Amino acid sequence: MIKRSHFKSNTLAYLLITPQILVTIAFFYWPAIQGLLQSFMLSDPFGRRSQFVWFENFVRIFTDILYLKSIGITLVFSLSVAFISIFFGMTLGCLANRALRAKAMIRTLLIWPYAVAPAISGILWLFLMHPSYGVVAYFIENSLGLEWNPTLNGNDAFFLVVVASAWKQISYNFVFFMAGLQAIPHSLIEAAAIDGAGPLRRFWVITFPLLSPTIFFLTVMNIIYAFFETFGVIHAVTQGGPGGATNTLVYKVYQDGFIGLNLGASAAQSMVLMALIITVTVLQFRFVERRVQYTT
Amino acid sequence: MMVERTPILDTFTYTFLMVGICVVGFPIFYAVTAATLPLDQVARIPMPLTPGDQFFVNIQAAWTDGNLGRQLINSFIMAAGITIGKIVVSMLGAFSIVYFNYRFRMVAFATVFCTLMLPVEVRILPTYEMAANLLGPLQWLVDVLHLNSLLQWVTGNDFEIFLEWSLLDSYTGLILPLVASATCTFLFRQFFLTIPEELCEAAKLDGASAMVFFWKILLPLSATNIAALVVIEFVYGWNQYLWPLLITTDPDMTTAVIGLKNLIPQADDIPMWNVAMAGSLLVMTPPVLVVLLMQRWFVKGLVEREK
Repeated sequence: MIKRSHFKSNTLAYLLITPQILVTIAFFYWPAIQGLLQSFMLSDPFGRRSQFVWFENFVRIFTDILYLKSIGITLVFSLSVAFISIFFGMTLGCLANRALRAKAMIRTLLIWPYAVAPAISGILWLFLMHPSYGVVAYFIENSLGLEWNPTLNGNDAFFLVVVASAWKQISYNFVFFMAGLQAIPHSLIEAAAIDGAGPLRRFWVITFPLLSPTIFFLTVMNIIYAFFETFGVIHAVTQGGPGGATNTLVYKVYQDGFIGLNLGASAAQSMVLMALIITVTVLQFRFVERRVQYTT
Repeated sequence: MMVERTPILDTFTYTFLMVGICVVGFPIFYAVTAATLPLDQVARIPMPLTPGDQFFVNIQAAWTDGNLGRQLINSFIMAAGITIGKIVVSMLGAFSIVYFNYRFRMVAFATVFCTLMLPVEVRILPTYEMAANLLGPLQWLVDVLHLNSLLQWVTGNDFEIFLEWSLLDSYTGLILPLVASATCTFLFRQFFLTIPEELCEAAKLDGASAMVFFWKILLPLSATNIAALVVIEFVYGWNQYLWPLLITTDPDMTTAVIGLKNLIPQADDIPMWNVAMAGSLLVMTPPVLVVLLMQRWFVKGLVEREK
């Protein structure tokens, strides 16, 4: 789309768009093409010699038990993070929307964790759940009577990174639910109340269906967050351990590529991730388009 | 909103909100408490929940042990650079796409738009290689065209073209690769499209050039959008993890979020969690302050950015 009234200078137009195009080509397209080429090559760790091997890298990663395990871990991890953070974000959003007093203060107190870096969230929760010094660990061991050691036990470590990643994301979801709730026409709720529907019924029949686009959008965004941005949590807290229990796909790309110097395998894994995120983006755009048609 | 009088439900609402706020705030409350305690108390099981008086001692320990002073400055430069760079680059780009008609307009738009959802995490190694030598593509061209042997043949001398410009351990390297953002360009494009045609027509009638129109009309109109993006992008830049981890090896060039890792006590260390928590508070304060002080723009920015 372009403005009916626009300017004529071609040179200026190209000058204005040049920085964006240059940076995009240098740091998006060129690396993406390099990655694609590399995923079909077998190189020695120093990248001096390489050999074209067709799909061998892909065949190798998809027959690698560790990679398949990492896919499973990432799926469970991102679904858990998305579910927990959306559930709490929605609950708090609905409650805050009902509150008449101290609304601004409630909002302030609930949105600030958004600004905490995932890695710092990881460090805070590592301390809370530390087997020797953490207060949550103390509670789990003494009140619930469970064995607890995230440095040795894979499930405990997994639980720790899920909680640390989800905690930070609650605020993000909260902001969107607040916006979504404010967009619901007050008259709908009042009409239902006059017809005798109680608060809970009004939630299920009116609020929840009208929030469903927000929920869908947030599910996608939270899964993307859990896939990529939680790298900081994993790297600062567990380094993929113990025994690979928290080795998510992005962490594995980093580990195989940068620490293991297995360039071909790392590139192939990057390509899988890229394909995945492109699919998700396309799906989301199609859904958003449909939503627009519904409303107009 | 108020629909009917429901005293029981209201009590329930406020009680659960209180519980929610406490649960969300607990990690910070606990961190603040730990950061005020001396070592022997923080290592006690369970740790006392009443604050001590060692706050500044611990902050100072974190500052010196973790090299945080230098790294906080790095974080600030990186976050500010990404924020300013992203906004300038994407605003000019959107201006070009919306207000000019040229042959490759749609190509340019598509080129930028296609990168909308590709985070740096999916192309880690090749982007790193690109940053390690920004002239890599030119070098590749030289190699492919065998320019070296050509030059040797032409000049008769024995020399070689070796192009290298590394961004490793530099502020440019920390900032530049994260400056291209399809999201921001898209946001400005959407906003520019809502600006009435009459404004541009009037400006042109008055004889304003394109850049005068940009400075005098578009920029002031975009003020709220810019404020909103400043909050989001500053937090984004400050909290980057993977990219600074890859591109810096020198502890003096890395960012505070990365440097914090050195303060975490490992299994055999003295459990100085008080210092680790003091450091964490120090590093998270700037972005938290930005979000809290610019809350209105933050909410707007977050919600509109994702539309």
